Amino acid sequence: MGMKSSYLSYKLIPVTTIVLLIGVFWYLVAIPMNSEKVSRQFKDLPTSEHVIKCWSLKKPKLPTPHQIITEMVNTTFFKKINSKRSLVYHGWITLQATLAGFFLGTLFGILLALGIVHNKAMDLSVMPWVIASQTIPILAIAPMIIVVMNSVGVTGLLPKAIISMYLSFFPVVVGMVKGLRSPDQIQLDQMKTWSASSNQILWYLRFPSSLPFLFASLKVGVAASLVGAIVGELPSGAISGLGARMLAGTYYGQTIMIWSALFAAAFLAAFLVFTIDFLQKITLKRMAIIR
Amino acid sequence: MNIYLLMFFIIWIGGWWLNVRISKFETFNLAKFIVPSLFGVVFLFMWELIVIGLTINPVLLPAPTAIASKFSSSLDILWIDFVQTLVKGALSGYILGCGSAFLTAIAIDKFNFLKRGLLPLGNFISALPIVGMAPIFVMWFGFDWQSKCAIVVVMVYFPMLVNSVQGLELIDPSRQDLMRTYNASYTQTLFKLRLPSALPFIFNGLKICSTLALIGAIVAEFFGSPIKGMGFRISSEVGRFALDMVWAEIFVAGMAGCLFYGVIALIERRTTFWHPSQQK
Repeated sequence: MGMKSSYLSYKLIPVTTIVLLIGVFWYLVAIPMNSEKVSRQFKDLPTSEHVIKCWSLKKPKLPTPHQIITEMVNTTFFKKINSKRSLVYHGWITLQATLAGFFLGTLFGILLALGIVHNKAMDLSVMPWVIASQTIPILAIAPMIIVVMNSVGVTGLLPKAIISMYLSFFPVVVGMVKGLRSPDQIQLDQMKTWSASSNQILWYLRFPSSLPFLFASLKVGVAASLVGAIVGELPSGAISGLGARMLAGTYYGQTIMIWSALFAAAFLAAFLVFTIDFLQKITLKRMAIIR
Repeated sequence: MNIYLLMFFIIWIGGWWLNVRISKFETFNLAKFIVPSLFGVVFLFMWELIVIGLTINPVLLPAPTAIASKFSSSLDILWIDFVQTLVKGALSGYILGCGSAFLTAIAIDKFNFLKRGLLPLGNFISALPIVGMAPIFVMWFGFDWQSKCAIVVVMVYFPMLVNSVQGLELIDPSRQDLMRTYNASYTQTLFKLRLPSALPFIFNGLKICSTLALIGAIVAEFFGSPIKGMGFRISSEVGRFALDMVWAEIFVAGMAGCLFYGVIALIERRTTFWHPSQQK
């Protein structure tokens, strides 16, 4: 009971307050931003009606939260799931690419980390380049990857997944290398006194102690993966996916559509991160790393 | 067998063998420099040889020499794009965004309630695909660099805020007590104790944001830009299948990214030499 109330006053109340403040601020900003358009469309409105019109334009400069949420509810629950107008359909397309890329990136990252930890030459030659590769704004080459792969006949999910993979492998490599090296010398010595092979050390000591690091990296990686999938949808003239939805909204000036795709992406990101957080809690609890 | 492919394998195996030999001298400090450089050089040679050996269509993958010659022959265009995207868009947004996040962190540092509300929210927003807001900013601020600057501000703001707030928060209480026994004022404590000890976190934020700034400025140009800029050039040259120019732009972006990061890391080393992470 005591813990619950401290959680309330410590986290929930402050966060809710800030969110509400942002909401109020949003509605206030929407007035001056949409005011010009309202005055153009409706002449000589009384102030109160003018303000209400600012919050309910069809193609506003800044849509209000309730407009976005209405649009989201409409396109989520009141459209057929396989319809091109359904947000679930577009979200699913993006989610597939995200998960495929995330899976490949994690696998590649773990393998690379194993190589780096076990092989001195690989550590010295690859690690600096892995780090350097991240100072390159990799999303800039997204259009190239998409177009090149399209021209050799690879379309659809895979090109986007490759961009996601590139974005998500880095946190995994860095976290895993740190994690696999986290056992103390004492623990390693203990394994040696048992004459454990390097495979056994890996499996019974290094791998379990790397898990907290791995999960922390996975959370960063999955968020990056989603960004990769969305940006991968932008340059290809894709017609489905959240990124394509944003692009279509830009072409037709459908601001509410752009914002609802953005919100959907935010929900998706939150869902993915919380799922991994949940898996982390279960795993680490079973391994008695956390209580 | 193709002579180029043969050379490809010889160089691969030779480079591998040499690197394994050199990395045996791990106490030898130069090895830490030679091994990755050798890896890079061998990689470039292998790239060149496989492109020639398999006669890969330059539309798919141009050879490094082709990229280099394109780079040197179009320095003027690359410079114009560099100034438009990285100096006007990314750098201005980076300075504005990181600066205002830092000031916000100092401002809300006194209010625990605000901090407790903003920190989880900031962490959450940092994980969101903010770059997707680029089309909205292009609508609001026009095609030129101002919209790119705006998206960079939003992208770097929250990671920087979270890092600065955490840095200002994590202070050894005994040091703070010591400042109190000196009867130090708020500003004295801030400038003499809290800001210096927050520096490692602040630099961490600055480093994360350096890449974000480049990404934001380039990706925002995919949604509309004047007829210059790196993002514009990349998307239009991709459309014409002129991949050598695209790679030249990517090379510039990569060099700029490394330079940006390197400058921040250098300043960090100069200013936080006392921190354990900087000691060898």
